[in-house]
Amino acid sequence: MNRGGATWLYHAVQALVLAAVLGLWYFVSSRGLVSPILLPSMTASFAEFGHLLATGSYWPDLDVTLYELVVAFCIAASSGCILGYLVSRSAYSIRVFDPLFAGLYSIPAILLFPLYVLFFGLGAGSKIAIGATIAFFPVVLNTIAGFAYVEKAYITSARAMGASQVQMFTSVLFPAAFPVVLTGLRIGFILAFLSILGSETIASLAGLGHAIVTYAESMDPAKMFAYIFFAIIIAFLLNGVVSLVERRARRWHG
Amino acid sequence: MTARLSPGVARLLVIAGLVAFWEVGVRLWGDPLFLAPPSQVVVSLVQFAWNDPVLNALRTTLYELVFAFCLAVVVGLPLGLIIGLQRFAYGSFYPIVLLLYAIPQATILPLVILAFGIGTESKIAFGFTHAVFPILVNVVAGVQGLKPSLIVCARSMGASRRQILANVVLPHMVPSFFTGMRLAMTGDLLGVLLAELYVSQAGVGHYTRLFTESFEPQKLFALVACLAALAVFLNEMCRRAERRMSRWHD
Repeated sequence: MNRGGATWLYHAVQALVLAAVLGLWYFVSSRGLVSPILLPSMTASFAEFGHLLATGSYWPDLDVTLYELVVAFCIAASSGCILGYLVSRSAYSIRVFDPLFAGLYSIPAILLFPLYVLFFGLGAGSKIAIGATIAFFPVVLNTIAGFAYVEKAYITSARAMGASQVQMFTSVLFPAAFPVVLTGLRIGFILAFLSILGSETIASLAGLGHAIVTYAESMDPAKMFAYIFFAIIIAFLLNGVVSLVERRARRWHG
Repeated sequence: MTARLSPGVARLLVIAGLVAFWEVGVRLWGDPLFLAPPSQVVVSLVQFAWNDPVLNALRTTLYELVFAFCLAVVVGLPLGLIIGLQRFAYGSFYPIVLLLYAIPQATILPLVILAFGIGTESKIAFGFTHAVFPILVNVVAGVQGLKPSLIVCARSMGASRRQILANVVLPHMVPSFFTGMRLAMTGDLLGVLLAELYVSQAGVGHYTRLFTESFEPQKLFALVACLAALAVFLNEMCRRAERRMSRWHD
């Protein structure tokens, strides 16, 4: 198969698609074929985006979103790992709790958001709560899976060689479960970010999602597009950082 | 050591314990404006059976979910087959699909509402954009995961292109297509419910807001319970279908 030879063609097509999208946007918005509220002019959107980056006016909203994300993730990661580890200690409790968590995971947790707004208010509290709830499940399920399916031969041989409880954990269980737990943490982090962004869109006082909605509702589409670009770039950056951390951790782990 | 309960019974006991704790805790310390004990929630649930507006809202949500899901299958399956089977389409368009899939869609929710209005159309559109990518990506993966030897084998026995497609490629792709549909249902639920909660005229989003603002937590809890049951039912159907369809080639 001659894959290398056609790569330039694929990239050319991709560049062409991008150019076509931008060209169509420019053409349609400059001719006024679509309501400017839906599709602002391309030049104005890019100008707003440049302005946003240059002045740093995104900072208060980004700060709020990242704060919510970090707190939510820390809650989910610590509670998920601890609970998951405790459940994984006996085959019996795995059989009791694992299906329970898996079943709860299949309920879209965003449904709880109206309740959380009642309990925790419109501010950061309700976003932290929803992010932590959604991120908790992949962390706890992966922690259970990671610790539950450690090769039995490792455990038996470690025990035969007289490993203590602590040694068993640090040298056998933890290293074996680590990669699976790490995957759960990555999924949890991404889900927490997405749900925080989504819940900021629904009801909030500040944050990236809040900024997008504010400009949508004040009919300032160029600014809204600028914030949409910005949020998407932040999402890609966070994705990249998380993958990098995961790869580093795996390499350190060996 | 005493004989242990079977895990299923123990699980039910855990759930019953949590519900009991909720009931007692709310009655002792809860603020009735914000929290409702489960007994009152059940009463509201029963009352919903005679409450036509709420029933209609639930029906509307079900309609939006199913419509968006079907649309995603109808669009995602053929597109996925084309991208997966045609080398040119795969090389040039699959990276674009993956890039679009990675965009957090909550950012474009206000835009979708502006474009499609606050009625059912915007919910269907937002559910569709959430559901179509998992189907697309999994169909492509299913087609691409085909062992070349199977195709060579079929061809050497004189199968035509159409026969290869119908008898080798399509059956092979079925399990991952159903995996895609299960993930699509999860996305569909997220998309439709997000859009409902954001703005809604007569759907469930309208009632969640109404019950929240009129401080009737028992009704809010009951509505959330209905939606959760609906979601679990739809997810479970997709999961069953997936398990059934993936059995044949193990």
